[in-house]
Amino acid sequence: MDFTLSKQQKLVQQMYQEFAQNEVKPLAKKVDAEEYFPKETVEKMAKLGMMGIYFPKEVGGAGADVLSYVMAVEEMSKVCGTTGVILSAHTSLCAAPIYENGTPEQKAKYLPKLCSGEWLGAFGLTEPGAGTDAQGQQTTAVDCGDHWLLNGSKIFITNAGYADVFIIIAITGTVTDKRGRKSKEISAFIVERNFPGFSVGKPEEKMGIRGSSTCELIMEDCIVPKENLLGKKGRGFQLAMATLDGGRIGIAAQALGIAEGALDETIAYVKERKQFGRSIAAFQNTQFELAEMKARVDAAKYLVYKAALKKQEAMDGAKVRYSVEAAEAKLIASRTASDVTRRCLQLFGGYGYTRDYPIERMMRDAKITEIYEGTSEVQMMVISGALLK
Amino acid sequence: MKAIVCVKQVPDTSGKVAVKENGQLDRASMATITNPDDLAALEAALRLKDATGCEVVAVSMGPFTAESMLRECIARGADRAVLISGREFGGSDTFATSQIIAAGINKIGVGPEDVVFCGRQAIDGDTAQVGPQIAEKLGLPQVTYAAEIEKDGNSLIVKRLLEDGYMKIKVQTPCLITCVKELNEPRYMSVPGIFSCFDSEIEVLDYPALQDDPLIEVDTIGLKGSPTNVFKSFTPPQKGAGTMLAGDDVANQLATILAKKHLI
Repeated sequence: MDFTLSKQQKLVQQMYQEFAQNEVKPLAKKVDAEEYFPKETVEKMAKLGMMGIYFPKEVGGAGADVLSYVMAVEEMSKVCGTTGVILSAHTSLCAAPIYENGTPEQKAKYLPKLCSGEWLGAFGLTEPGAGTDAQGQQTTAVDCGDHWLLNGSKIFITNAGYADVFIIIAITGTVTDKRGRKSKEISAFIVERNFPGFSVGKPEEKMGIRGSSTCELIMEDCIVPKENLLGKKGRGFQLAMATLDGGRIGIAAQALGIAEGALDETIAYVKERKQFGRSIAAFQNTQFELAEMKARVDAAKYLVYKAALKKQEAMDGAKVRYSVEAAEAKLIASRTASDVTRRCLQLFGGYGYTRDYPIERMMRDAKITEIYEGTSEVQMMVISGALLK
Repeated sequence: MKAIVCVKQVPDTSGKVAVKENGQLDRASMATITNPDDLAALEAALRLKDATGCEVVAVSMGPFTAESMLRECIARGADRAVLISGREFGGSDTFATSQIIAAGINKIGVGPEDVVFCGRQAIDGDTAQVGPQIAEKLGLPQVTYAAEIEKDGNSLIVKRLLEDGYMKIKVQTPCLITCVKELNEPRYMSVPGIFSCFDSEIEVLDYPALQDDPLIEVDTIGLKGSPTNVFKSFTPPQKGAGTMLAGDDVANQLATILAKKHLI
């Protein structure tokens, strides 16, 4: 596995780092404390071509690659976990499924505006009764001849309050398998915010990524044009799972970034903080803690980058799947993020527990990466499923 | 219409400074950045492009390593990049450098509506001479220390930043403007810009390409054409950490310390 960055990737990484330090980091505290959705950051990222990084220029993308996208989420998350997930959900959960499954007309209509950042994207799969049990969907879509009629609700939808375009998963009927067992037929739809019957509920109050807009979506006789069925009818569950494979690489990158950011803050702090007449960096406990955390962060990084390179192969046309790579990356990176931020906070001591330092925010932000876009337990189901098939 | 921007790759002053035995800066062994004032000049040119759709040409004189900086200019939005580079040009001081860059700009061509942008000064030499000298040698009107630039028909209205105030000057194109950091906030490189900048050709103007220009003579370029020579370069020894005195009797404390050191 070759992780040598190309000259383009090196330059793009340098740009992300400058951007994160100058534009994202100064807002991070406000984003958390005031549950502030950083609209201005999204606009700035859009200007720099960051809202469609790995899509080709023909559809309005920046013509870069998956690793360059992963590094963007990583660098933003180093200083602000909220900004990282806005970018990840928009790219991986909305633009990607349209790019991968859309008709030429759907791509032409939605991708240029998503990639330019004029429109923000979101994805609706989870329902009150359908979390890890994603097949337990209740939202229905009825074929009414010239349009679909959607009814139901989705919860915990990232970007919901500000998104213009949503990928919605809904039941379109029942199917009977060879043995006569009935199951739900699930399909995917592209739903625009202003479609009649569509509304966004109030934002959730969360432990971490507090600036990220997480809301309920309500569809009451929501009229969706016929041509907005995404992918084949009845293939919505597979589309959702494949989309989450990509999404997990984004969340793994977010987790990686949070862990790296916490480590950066801690390295600076332990050099400054003095106890017993010397800096706490001089104590072996500090040194060993830092050393082990760094090794774990690097291990996570290689898994995340490996998953990105595997997805790139698929983007380049190879018939490969990256479900297992994505699951491994997310499992390890998210656990690393939770573990590293907790241990970093311990090195900060009492100061780390206060809001004067960013470390407690990073610890709160880290936890969600073990939960959304498939819990760690789901990742283990994916990995073991592949091992034991 | 064109905006020609002069940019220089300079040592990163936040890094280590290395000096060669002959007293010149050992540029090859130091980390480099684009000169900050030049980034303001590039941004001014790019804003002119945003407003008028003009072409932006980045020009640099330097070794081939300056190519990476020129690519970064393209990644920020420049349309073309020209590198003036040749062994014959090595060792040039500000006089010789401005001869060569002016010849390079002559080669690119200055049209009636064109504007040449320079940074006020480079952080390595800090002379602020090259921009004004280029203007003199090209016969262009010049406005230095620009902190605001406004386009007004065929003219530019430039607000000059001086030590004790401002001065507003209207200047007709073609002209040369030197820009200060305060002029603007340079934009970032964009992702598509970065991914396409490595496909762009960097035009190289070497000695044979410029030798027919009347500005280029054996005694006007390079070390021979430089009226000034570096006598000595050195890294000043670092001062020790200072001591901050506190309390009501700082004068007494200070006197005690000075007495201890036999200074009073």
